[in-house]
Amino acid sequence: MIFKFRKKHDLTESDVTDEKVYLQRREILKKLGYIGAGSLLAGNAFNANAGPFDWFSSDDDPVFKTSPLSFKKSGPDSQILTPEERATSYNNFYEFGTGKGDPVKRAQGFKVDPWSLTVDGLVNKPQKLNLEDLYSRFDLEERIYRLRCVEAWSMVIPWVGFSLADLIKQADPLSSAKYVAFQTLYDPKQMPGQRSRFTGGGVDYPYVEGLRIDEAMQQLSLLSVGMYGKTLPAQNGAPIRLVVPWKYGFKSIKSIVKITLTDKQPPTTWNILAPNEYGFYANINPKVDHPRWSQARERRITGGGLLAQDRIDTLPFNGYDEVAPLYAGMNLRKYY
Amino acid sequence: MRVNTAVIKTIHFSLHLITLIWLTWVFYAGFTAQLPGDPVQYLLDFTGIGALNLLVASLVVSLVAQHLKFAQVMVFRRPLGVYSAVYVLAHFIVFIAFELQFEFRLIAAEIIERPYITVGFTGFIILSSLALTSFPYIKRKMGKSWQKLHNLTYLAVILGCIHYLWLVKSSWIEPAIYIAIVLSLIIMKRKKIKNIFN
Repeated sequence: MIFKFRKKHDLTESDVTDEKVYLQRREILKKLGYIGAGSLLAGNAFNANAGPFDWFSSDDDPVFKTSPLSFKKSGPDSQILTPEERATSYNNFYEFGTGKGDPVKRAQGFKVDPWSLTVDGLVNKPQKLNLEDLYSRFDLEERIYRLRCVEAWSMVIPWVGFSLADLIKQADPLSSAKYVAFQTLYDPKQMPGQRSRFTGGGVDYPYVEGLRIDEAMQQLSLLSVGMYGKTLPAQNGAPIRLVVPWKYGFKSIKSIVKITLTDKQPPTTWNILAPNEYGFYANINPKVDHPRWSQARERRITGGGLLAQDRIDTLPFNGYDEVAPLYAGMNLRKYY
Repeated sequence: MRVNTAVIKTIHFSLHLITLIWLTWVFYAGFTAQLPGDPVQYLLDFTGIGALNLLVASLVVSLVAQHLKFAQVMVFRRPLGVYSAVYVLAHFIVFIAFELQFEFRLIAAEIIERPYITVGFTGFIILSSLALTSFPYIKRKMGKSWQKLHNLTYLAVILGCIHYLWLVKSSWIEPAIYIAIVLSLIIMKRKKIKNIFN
């Protein structure tokens, strides 16, 4: 007898989206884009624009607009979420500057409409999704994932999105497709880090990432279009980003425009920058240190002040043991 | 060049006020959950860059005094140097108390095994010993050896720059700017530095 175990994020008949909800999604699109207003700056003590030494922030700056999404809520989860204010003001998104507070300041004018995400390469049915398709083609669900940065800090974030596998299946990959390559938008006009090597941290843009196809088809691999119940803020990778929770954060590429199935291992940005420090796999592994710092433990970013910071053990694969079979027999020290 | 003593006294007083209030304010904001993003990283960056800025400023003082014949500014050198040490101490405390949360085995291992931390720790030890010997009474007692010890400032600022350069992931341009500034300061002061070795 074969047992099929249902994962928390597997869908059943009862999960099918109501048409009303479906239509509601179209409304979101109207609300997307950005508005010029100081309204969102008010009442948010964590807003990077209200930092202690930013005396010259202007009320006329554009503010990136996010909208509520309709999605299947995640089941109960005992983990303490990182507060939204922190997850949306502490970002590594070098296209908008290398400082953690740079993206929230500089990405507010980012335009995602129109957007185009293509799926091409070794597939029978290449796909092209516009901004509306990102929210409507698949049923959206919430997934609470731990995000572990290679810099040894972590957060717990409620993402909203759909399985990467669902999109890849629609493209009908050829059997020769062994890898999946991802590419971030290249738009130096909008992304100051792509205009100057100084702002962009010396990265050769566009940012590229990649997964093995079996990693990409793993149900945990998420294409996220939202977080904390709303569409993604610009600084978190609007309008669509990857979330691979068992790999270091830099694998979870932001603002994706292209997904290409290939037969060769694709180049990946941080591996190009420092091959001895960042591998293609980048699986979270407390036993394999970064050459310059330990990966054994991590600091969980929570809501409180300095005294509320938790240091915890880092778990292999970030605690997502179900992915371990993907790497059976592999030397994880060699393939870091 | 000469200005009214009141001007020097005001700047001197403001220097104390600004460095102390700024540092206190940022820590207060950290404890009360008012810093954006990761408060630990914020404090590490703030105290680290702050210490480096203050140390570089202390090196500029004697150049200004010499080239503009403006001896009055020399009174700023000691507070700049001492506050640089205070900021480095704060930096070290944030690292062991909030980043590593008093996991002493890890603290020891990190200082020994991670070159950028070894370098930073050495700079911290140097600056602490300079601050501790900065009191006029001790300076008199130490006689000639005081100057010898305090010439280590140059080593400390170089170690600070290397520490910065080695810890960044890819944005090496900012530390490179500090290195360029420090190197030009050293070139401008080459005569004095030569004397260290005589």
